[in-house]
Amino acid sequence: MRKICLTVVGMYLMLLHAFSQVTNTDSTSYKPKKLKLDEVNLVSGYYDQTADKSAVMGGRTDYKGNGDVTDLANGLDIKFIGWDPKGRKNSLSAGLGIDYHTAASQAYVDSNGHARNNGTRIYPTLDWSIENEKKATEFGLGAYYSAEHNYYHSIGLNTSLSKKNHHNGEFTVKFNGYLDRIKMILPSEFIPVDSIKNVPATDSVVYITTASGRTEALTYVNGQAVGGKSKAVIPSKARDTYTVSFSFSQVIDQRMQGSIAMDLVYQSGYLGLPFHRVYLNTGKDTIENLPSQRFKLPIGFRLNYFLGDNIIIRTYYRFYIDNWGMISHTANIEVPIKITPFISISPFYRYYVQKAVNYFAPYEKHTASDQYYTSNYALASFSSQSFGAGIRIAPPKGIFGSLNMLEIRYAHYTQTTDLVADVISLNLKFK
Amino acid sequence: MTKTRILTAGLSTLATFFFPSCSPVKEYQKSRINDSEMILANRKVEKTELNAQTYREGSSGANSGKTGGGCGCN
Repeated sequence: MRKICLTVVGMYLMLLHAFSQVTNTDSTSYKPKKLKLDEVNLVSGYYDQTADKSAVMGGRTDYKGNGDVTDLANGLDIKFIGWDPKGRKNSLSAGLGIDYHTAASQAYVDSNGHARNNGTRIYPTLDWSIENEKKATEFGLGAYYSAEHNYYHSIGLNTSLSKKNHHNGEFTVKFNGYLDRIKMILPSEFIPVDSIKNVPATDSVVYITTASGRTEALTYVNGQAVGGKSKAVIPSKARDTYTVSFSFSQVIDQRMQGSIAMDLVYQSGYLGLPFHRVYLNTGKDTIENLPSQRFKLPIGFRLNYFLGDNIIIRTYYRFYIDNWGMISHTANIEVPIKITPFISISPFYRYYVQKAVNYFAPYEKHTASDQYYTSNYALASFSSQSFGAGIRIAPPKGIFGSLNMLEIRYAHYTQTTDLVADVISLNLKFK
Repeated sequence: MTKTRILTAGLSTLATFFFPSCSPVKEYQKSRINDSEMILANRKVEKTELNAQTYREGSSGANSGKTGGGCGCN
């Protein structure tokens, strides 16, 4: 009797289990969902740099070559997600970044060091993507705008296409174009200076630099100044950057995944900066002059490995070469350690080495016969090291209500050019 | 043409080196792969550092970031 009862109970449970697997027919048809706020990211960073050999002063090592910089960067990203009637996932991201910087070298755009030494950069972004899970494809479009003190403006557009395969691999191709206009802000000694003895006889505009370093324009008609001083319309030149990026990522096993990325970059236009001086071996100064075309080829590799239950090893290597003669290598390792499932500490180390471009020479080393010349130490031969750590807190129920994740990171950076910098950054994610 | 072939051969060799044997991984086996620390990209919190590097160093790219345009950098 007991056996029969157990059989009946067993059969009942089996039937119950079987019915529990029946899916609701409604769930198989897609229901469109309007775009809803998914997450908000707030990223702030403070950068502090001490250096000499500033590019504005042509690599001078005395007090005039001071390259100290501070930068306070704040960015806000808002992401919306929704599904259209065909069941495709739509993502819309809008961002706004505002950076405020001070740069000691910027003051020396005016030869007496009286020019403005700070500036603000504003850069909104807008990105949209549509993901088709059935076809395992994703298509994206993006737009970017940037305006800053030493840049008239920059417009960027990008489009991308990704395709996943059945073996946990994903291939992405992306096209990116930046159309920049550079203000031709010259060092003050290269700007024509107004003088009563040299009033132009015909209609013209004469630019003058005031003691504060501000550039103004005087309009002359028949040799007479008309309308007094007005803010000068500083001419600008174009710089275009086009990039085709290819990347392939692959899950290798349950603990390891990697990716390869390659960019083909073509730049044309005015590729120097008009306020970068170069001091020739005669002691006379001139303005940086660089070729009007540049081809770049960076290739990067990432490999991440989950070691045991608490340690992750993140590695990155990049090889870079361009047609100006620069070759560089970048190696980065980061080891996040999970103290708890939701708190991790991530120490990291980065090593970078580059060979100078063919057109670089230090202060007073260029000759008048050089076709191209720069004394910008960003294009010199040097190596750099960076190390630091980050802490990431992301409990499943959030930290304070809607604050989903908090991440703080500190980095100390040194170059063999005597440049030293510290960066502290904060990322807050709200869900 | 020869350069393109060399580049293709080089990339294929490197891909073979980096992905020597991919074993099939099911969705339910991806708990570690899907961990937020395993993402194959820079962290958002690195933005200020990466921006500074594009200004202070002569090379950039291949990290889903800037490749030269849109800033006062090279």
